[in-house]
Amino acid sequence: MDGAGGSAALLLLSDGRLPAGGYAHSGGLEPAVTAGRVTDMSDLERFLVGREETAGLIAAAFSAAACERSRRGELFEIPALEAELDARIPSSELRRISRELGRQLRRAMSAVHPHPHYDALGAAPHQPVVMGVAAASLDLSPRDMALAILHETNADAAAAAAKVLRVDPFDVHAILARMATRLDRLAGEAARAAQGPSADLPAPGSPLADIAAEHHRRADVRLFAS
Amino acid sequence: MTDETKSHRALRLGVAGPVGTGKSSVIATICRQLRDEFALGVVTNDIYTDEDTRFLKSAGVLPEERIRAVETGACPHTAIRDDVTMNLMAVEDMERDFAPLDIVLVESGGDNLTATFSPALVDAQLFVLDVAGGGDVARKGGPGIARADLLVINKIDLGPHVDVDVDRMVADAEAARHGAPVLALSRHRPETVAALCDWVRAIHGSWANGSHTPIDPGPMAPHHHGPKDDHTHAHGHSHPHHHPHD
Repeated sequence: MDGAGGSAALLLLSDGRLPAGGYAHSGGLEPAVTAGRVTDMSDLERFLVGREETAGLIAAAFSAAACERSRRGELFEIPALEAELDARIPSSELRRISRELGRQLRRAMSAVHPHPHYDALGAAPHQPVVMGVAAASLDLSPRDMALAILHETNADAAAAAAKVLRVDPFDVHAILARMATRLDRLAGEAARAAQGPSADLPAPGSPLADIAAEHHRRADVRLFAS
Repeated sequence: MTDETKSHRALRLGVAGPVGTGKSSVIATICRQLRDEFALGVVTNDIYTDEDTRFLKSAGVLPEERIRAVETGACPHTAIRDDVTMNLMAVEDMERDFAPLDIVLVESGGDNLTATFSPALVDAQLFVLDVAGGGDVARKGGPGIARADLLVINKIDLGPHVDVDVDRMVADAEAARHGAPVLALSRHRPETVAALCDWVRAIHGSWANGSHTPIDPGPMAPHHHGPKDDHTHAHGHSHPHHHPHD
């Protein structure tokens, strides 16, 4: 099922300036830099690619699935989707953050573009799930949604790079430009998976990112919440 | 249930001002003096650490669970103005968890002279300067200094040690504010603390009886102009100008 929604709504949802508090997070880049695992541009590129292929793909697939279910009016599927997503995020800190960002996004979107489906989500829904529901409310397709969340995954970390690394911002965006076709491919993969059962959604892992998130929570000094 | 479900709404009072002027200390003073009179909560915005929260918790001015930190990703001005969602939710959560609260104090992460709270987040705000930051700061003006509901000039007991004429600084501030209230404060001078508490009581009273109108001190984005820049401001016309940038 393709959404008839226009590209403008997609841009609205994927714009980092959407006031939903996302700017407080570095997508795991700050802890990776602190630990000395990302020190230069080639490290940054590997980090961003690795993140898109793991956490990015999972978020994209789950948001596409939530969009698909919301479009069909099958909200009874959402709790299973939430449980499957929990199972794919080993770090309790990252689960907490995903739910916190989800609450924030719902709080913002409920004011920006109200929809009854927001009420049907639990007390603290995961961010990709809220994104999917928001996309459906704007008549966007699951693939659109997957692309938006992949873009956001990259944009958050790339914006943080300027604050936690010594970078030339043109170099950072050159990486994003090189990754564009990868994001298109991952969005297609996520959208295809979203048509199937929740249990079969992709489950790639990145254990070091989970461990780093736990360390970051205990850090005394940090710029970003995650 | 969604997050904007209405519970008991408290007066939301913002405390803004540059780093080191004593925002946390002002909040601690308000809590210490008024905690038996009002049900209070505090939300802090932290830039690098949870230092402000730790300070307030260690000061023991409120039960620890009534002091919560928002992490702002190094953008404290964004968190109180452009993207208030995190703070709004922290305030709403606190109002719900400790209902009924009378006042929630929101401390901005210390930023520069232009960072003011959006009325979307707070009902009223006080802006804190201190004498140690220099006697000319009040004269320079800016949105918080000129239009916050109250301007506090803090640490006035330090005036003689930093060569600042406190009376002069207060007069400058009053001129910059066209007569809006300015409070010279030192926590070592009980009469000034009493005046601060009276102001909080008065603003709570006027908010509670509906006579208080939240104001927006104004846009905060600091910007730089080259010599030939003839740019257009948000109000729709261009003009040459010489306003100070901090």
